[in-house]
Amino acid sequence: MGIGFSLTAVILLVLIAMVGAGAARLEVLFGVVFPYLALVVFVVGFIYRVVMWARSPVPFRIPTTCGQQKSLPWIKPSKVENPYTAWGVIVRMALEVLLFRSLFRNTRAEMHNGRLAIGSAKWLWMAGLAFHISFFTIVLRHLRLFTEPIPFFVQWANRLDGLFDLAVPTLYMTDLLFLVSVGYLFLRRVFIPQLRYISLAQDYFPLFLLLGIGISGVLTRQLFKVDLEAVKELALGLTQFHPTVPKGIGLSFYVHLFLVSALVAYFPFSKLMHLAGVFLSPTRNLANNNRMKRHINPWNYPVKVHTYEEYEEEFRDKMKAVGLPVEKE
Amino acid sequence: MSLDKLPKPQELSQVDYKPPKTGWMDTPVDFRPGTYSFAAKPKALEIVGMPNPREWQPHDEDWKLPPDWKEIVIEGMRDRLEKFRSFKLFMDICVRCGACADKCHFFIGSGDPKNMPVLRAELLRSVYRQEFTRFGKLLGKLTGSRELNIDVLKEWFYYFYQCTECRRCSVYCPYGIDTAEITMMGRELLNLVGCNIDWIMSPVSNCYRTGNHLGIQPHGMVEMLEFFADDIEDITGIRIEVPFNRKGAEILFVTPSGDYFADPGTYTCMGYLMLFHELGLDYTWSTYASEGGNFGLFTSHEMMKRLNAKIYAEAKRLGVKWILGGECGHMWRVIHQYMDTMNGPADFLEEPVSPITGTKFENAKSTKMVHITEFTADLIRHGKIKLDPSRNDNLVVTFHDSCNPSRAMGLLEEPRYILRHVCNHFVDMPENTIREQTFCCGGGAGLGNDENMEMRMRGGFPRANAVRYVHEKYGVNRLACICAIDRATLPPLMEYWVPEVTVSGVHELVANALVMTGEKERTTNLRGEPLKQTEGEEDV
Repeated sequence: MGIGFSLTAVILLVLIAMVGAGAARLEVLFGVVFPYLALVVFVVGFIYRVVMWARSPVPFRIPTTCGQQKSLPWIKPSKVENPYTAWGVIVRMALEVLLFRSLFRNTRAEMHNGRLAIGSAKWLWMAGLAFHISFFTIVLRHLRLFTEPIPFFVQWANRLDGLFDLAVPTLYMTDLLFLVSVGYLFLRRVFIPQLRYISLAQDYFPLFLLLGIGISGVLTRQLFKVDLEAVKELALGLTQFHPTVPKGIGLSFYVHLFLVSALVAYFPFSKLMHLAGVFLSPTRNLANNNRMKRHINPWNYPVKVHTYEEYEEEFRDKMKAVGLPVEKE
Repeated sequence: MSLDKLPKPQELSQVDYKPPKTGWMDTPVDFRPGTYSFAAKPKALEIVGMPNPREWQPHDEDWKLPPDWKEIVIEGMRDRLEKFRSFKLFMDICVRCGACADKCHFFIGSGDPKNMPVLRAELLRSVYRQEFTRFGKLLGKLTGSRELNIDVLKEWFYYFYQCTECRRCSVYCPYGIDTAEITMMGRELLNLVGCNIDWIMSPVSNCYRTGNHLGIQPHGMVEMLEFFADDIEDITGIRIEVPFNRKGAEILFVTPSGDYFADPGTYTCMGYLMLFHELGLDYTWSTYASEGGNFGLFTSHEMMKRLNAKIYAEAKRLGVKWILGGECGHMWRVIHQYMDTMNGPADFLEEPVSPITGTKFENAKSTKMVHITEFTADLIRHGKIKLDPSRNDNLVVTFHDSCNPSRAMGLLEEPRYILRHVCNHFVDMPENTIREQTFCCGGGAGLGNDENMEMRMRGGFPRANAVRYVHEKYGVNRLACICAIDRATLPPLMEYWVPEVTVSGVHELVANALVMTGEKERTTNLRGEPLKQTEGEEDV
C-alpha cells in the first residue's frame, strides 16, 4: 500500500513540474517561488523540530555502553566505545555520524537445523555510507552553481569526483554511487520479507524522491544537456535575492529542481530528521561517568517511601526475638 | 508451565521467520499459554497505592479498565514526551532500517515480527503518530498511524511484557534508539490503567514492605544467613559471624534477595560471607535494605525511586562510609545509571576506599557504591587473598555477561579477571554473544515466571546456543554469571537446551578457591560435591 502511494506521489510531483514549468510556462513559480518556499519551510521546520526535542530534558544519564568501563587503574578502559570523558563522547559521536559505527557492528542471525549462526553483515552499512557520502559530495559539487568565484574545495570535489572519464559530459562517480545505493536501499525493503512488513509510505516516499532527483539530475546533465550557464545565472540570482529566470533552461531541469524543493520542504516533517536527531540521542551523546559525577534530573520530585521507622514498627518484636538491634525498645 | 510440558527442544528450535499474511495492524494478539505472564493481584497494587487494583487475567475478554482509560493513557504519553527527550526522539527518528530485527533474542527464538525491536516500538509509535503528529492524523493507516483501542492496549501488554529491556538492539542502532526506554514507557502507560503482571508487582509490594522482593521478614533473613554459616562451618571448619543492622560498620553490603533465598544463588551468598570473614571486613548486612534488585525498574521510574530510596536511607541510618553491592544485573543498571540522580547526593558517605588494599574507587566517588567484582578483582590484583584454583578443576567455566552490567555499565573485564584466577579452565563464548553483544537469559525485566516458560526458552535460545557451542567444543560444564535473575532463569534454560551445564555466581567459584586462615582440609566444594583429586592437568 505504502509503496504504491509513494510512487504515485513522486510521479505526480514529476507531472506537476512538467505541466507547470512546461506547458503552463510557470518558470518563475518553479524556478524561484517554490525553491524559496521550500527553503523557508526547511529552515523553520528544522529549527522547530530540534527546539521541540531540546525542550524535553534528559532526566537520566543512560548511555549504551559498548566496551570496558573505566574502573580500576590497571584495567584498560574503552575510551571511545564506553566514553567517560567529553573527548571520548566527541570521538564516539564523530565515528557514529561520519562512519556509522553502530551500523558497522551489524550481524546476521541464521538458523541451520536448529542451530543459530551469527555472521557478519556489512551490506547495509556499506550502502548507507555510500548513499550519504555520495549525496553529501553531490550537494557540495552543486555549490559551484551558487558561488562565484567557486571555492577551492568545491572545485576539488568536482575534479576528484569526475576523475574517471566515464562519459561526456563527465559522468560523476557519486552520481552512479548515489543511484546504486538508493536502489539497494529500496530493493532490500522490497525483497527482505521482515523489512517489507515494517515499511511504511514514509519509508518509500523519500527513496522514490531521491531516485527521482538522481535520475532527473543525470538526465539533465547527460542527455538533455541543459544550458549550465543559464542554470548558474538562476542559481546565483537566488542566492543574491535578485532572482532572474533566463530563457531556455530545459524542462528536465525544472523537474529536478521541483523534486529537490519537495525533498527540502518534506525534510523537517519526516524521518530524515535523524540527521539532527542522532546528535541528541542520550544513549550515544553522554559519558558513562555515572558513578563519578552526579547527573541532575530537573523534574526530580519527592516520592512516598516506606521508612525504616515504619518497617521497624511492623517487625520490632520479630527483630528483637532474633537479637537484631532496634531503634525503639 | 513446567519444562516437560513444552515441545521438545528440536521442535521449539524450528522457527518460522515468515511474517504473517495480514499486516501487523490487522494481526490481533493471541494470548497463547506459555507465552505471557499472569496479571498482578489486587493486593500487591493496593500495598503500593497503584491504580485500578482488581482480579483479572490477560486472556479475559474484559480487562475491567477504568471508563476513561484512553484519556489516561494519551495524557500519560503527553506527560512522558515532555519529560523524557529519549522517548520523544525515539518516537521520531527511527528510519526502520531493520538493523535491530535479528538482534532481539525473542525474535530469533520466536520469529514473531512484533518481536523485532523496530516493530515493538512501532506499536507505540503508531499511536504517537495518530495523536501527536499532523501527517499521522491526516493520512492514518498509510503512515502507520492508528487510534488507541482495547486491541492495541492488549498488544502493548503482550509485547512490552515480552521484552527484557536488555538493550542489545540499541548497540546496533545507528541512532542509539533504545528499546528498553520504549518498553519502560510502554509499561508505565500500562501501569497507569492497572495492566501489570504479578511476577513484577508482587516483588515490588514485597520489597516496599519487607525490604526485599521475596518478602523475607527480618527474622527469616537472619535465620537463612545463619544457616549458611552452619554449612560453611561444615565445609571449612570455620565459624563465621554474620553482622546485621550494625551501626558504625564501615561498609553496608547490599545484594539481591535471590542470593540468600534459592540455589544456586545461595552458594554465591556463602561466597560473599566467606570472603568478608577471611578479609576481616568491617561491614554489615541490613534487613531493611535487604534487596539490591529493583523491580521498580520494570514498573515505572517513580516506583524505581521509591524502592531504591532504602539503600541510601539505611546507609545514613547505620552511619557507614560506603556501600558494596553484590552480583546482580538490573540492580546495577539502577545503581549505576539512576540511584545518584534519583536519591542522591550521597554526601553523607565517603569516597569508597578498599580497607584491604587502600585502592580508591574513583569511578564510584559520587554514587559511593562499588561492585563486588571491582572489589574482589582489586584484592586479587594486590595478592590479598590466597587462592587454590585447582579446587574448581572439575569445572570448565564460561561467563555469561548479564545485559545490564555490560550495556549499561561496561563491567566486562572485572569478572573475567576473577574467573581466570579462581579456576584453571575458563573459556569465552563466541564474540558475537558476549560482552556488549551478550544475549539475554530470556527471563529478565520481570519475565522469569513459570507461566511464561515457552517464551523464556525461546528467548533464551540464542544464549543457550552459544553455551552449547562451547560445551561441545571445549567441554564447558559451568556457566558463571553475575546476576541473581540469571541464577534463577539460566538453570531451567540449561536443563532444557544444554542439560550438561550448571549455573553459578562468580563468588561461589571465588569461595571454592579461597584458602581461608585456619580452615580444615576441604574435601568438597560449596555444593557438597567431592573435589577432583587428579593433578597436573593441562589448561584449556
